[in-house]
Amino acid sequence: MPKKPKKPQHILGIESTADDFSVGIATFDGKILANITSTYIPTQGGIHPREAARHHAETAGETIHNALKEAKTPPSQIQAIAFSQGPGLGPCLRTGATAARALASYLNVPLIGVNHSIAHIEIGKLITGTKDPLTLYVSGGNTIISAYEDGYYRIFGETLDIAIGNCLDVFARKAGLGQSPGKPFGATVEKLAEQGKNLIPLPFTIKGMDLSFSGLLTAATETLHTRKHRLEDICFSLQEVAFSMLTEVTERALAHTEKPELLLTGGVAANKRLQTMLKTIAQEHNAHFSVVPKEYALDNGAMIAWTGALAYKNGITTPIDKSTVKLKWRLDQVSVPWINGE
Amino acid sequence: MLIKKGAEANLYLKEWQDRKVVMKRRMPKTYRLPQLDSAIRTQRTLREPMLIHRAKEAGVPTPTIYMIDLAETNIIMEYIEGKQIKQILNTMPKKEKQRLCQHIGTLIGQLHKHGIIHGDLTTSNMILTSFNKIFLIDFGLGEYSEELEIRGVDLHLMKRALQSTHHRFARQCFGAIVTGYAKSVGKETAAKVLEKIQEIERRGRYVEER
Repeated sequence: MPKKPKKPQHILGIESTADDFSVGIATFDGKILANITSTYIPTQGGIHPREAARHHAETAGETIHNALKEAKTPPSQIQAIAFSQGPGLGPCLRTGATAARALASYLNVPLIGVNHSIAHIEIGKLITGTKDPLTLYVSGGNTIISAYEDGYYRIFGETLDIAIGNCLDVFARKAGLGQSPGKPFGATVEKLAEQGKNLIPLPFTIKGMDLSFSGLLTAATETLHTRKHRLEDICFSLQEVAFSMLTEVTERALAHTEKPELLLTGGVAANKRLQTMLKTIAQEHNAHFSVVPKEYALDNGAMIAWTGALAYKNGITTPIDKSTVKLKWRLDQVSVPWINGE
Repeated sequence: MLIKKGAEANLYLKEWQDRKVVMKRRMPKTYRLPQLDSAIRTQRTLREPMLIHRAKEAGVPTPTIYMIDLAETNIIMEYIEGKQIKQILNTMPKKEKQRLCQHIGTLIGQLHKHGIIHGDLTTSNMILTSFNKIFLIDFGLGEYSEELEIRGVDLHLMKRALQSTHHRFARQCFGAIVTGYAKSVGKETAAKVLEKIQEIERRGRYVEER
């Protein structure tokens, strides 16, 4: 007699490195069944880690519930719990890790600690169908140019100080711009930049394949104070200089690695001007260019679930006593046995 | 003949006044604003030959500059016959690797001692000639500075280049480079620069700790 087919098993992923608490549910063969995010919006200033963590703790239950409902997955069908173990803000990471440990022990399933930056790359590959890309990952907390080589994702370039998203956010705040749900600072700066046309000289700082944005941020902020220029022109110049820097180092990494694909992800990936610049250099180097769509480019639980699935299929789980969060966990320290060969 | 299509410039091997030369041409980049593009290209075309010249004064072998064409953002310079360190380092015997890296360290130290920052220290930018001399090339991202921070970043880049391209030997090679570096700048300065590198690494997203 044929056996009763087993119900397909799913994996649940929790993302909580910064201002988003997000829960994703995926199948082990790469179908995303749910991806639900609750975002903390500060009343003023930047992300306050403790306030954000409190938001996460308050909305965790509801977000997990909504994700299970959306995926139509009964908890008994969850075979593993993945969570973002780092890098990120301590209190936020800890809140997500606590929720993950609680769920895993309640359901009696294994726990998998996932590197947040690698998750961005893996979900990007899954969604866009890229195989072996050079990835530019640009967000509020990260600016990394990475590609797989010999067992690890290697970092070819990165910021030496602040992330590009952070640079744009801080500038926007100093310029008195606001943010609202679905409309981050970056989008506001981009909109203003579209109406700018005069280039104001600002420092262009690249070091090898690394970059530095702090000097640029200071100079752009000082330009605000002189009141000599239109805000539109300052936004325009800030974007032009910052994105030219990013494009130059990406092109250097592309020439160096000779990868056939270029993948753009992270919160800043939504910027059309940056996309256009990168597309130009990808074409020049015969590389296929893809941008990860917003839902999966911003911090999200689905990327944690999917990367957790890849790890789990390769026998990787995280015992509770090894599940402490890692605030500065570099992506080049993580073994990625699910990628075979080049 | 195009010998290298880089991100920043194209290199052509040419005959010029009966000499074998390299023409380094900084092509316009269409992705950036023409204004910004021309400012960057002009600045680098001007600065690179000056740094290359100063490096010679510091006793560091660099190509001879024959001509600079600012309008075309072209530099015509001596063609250095030899092998890129990048291509030979991994397969070298251990002792020779040690000696070579120490020598590289001495050269970097000489540059820093004379206020020159290379700006893009990778093993692709070093050429070993048949006379056993190491030439440093590509000063396009270089600058003048005696700041500890900038020296630290310069060496940090060298370390990172070793880690990404020669990961199996990175630790050994960087150690030898530091030894050579100390020979040029003195133990005290070298210790300060090393400390700075550690600070740079801690500061950013560089080390796993806590």
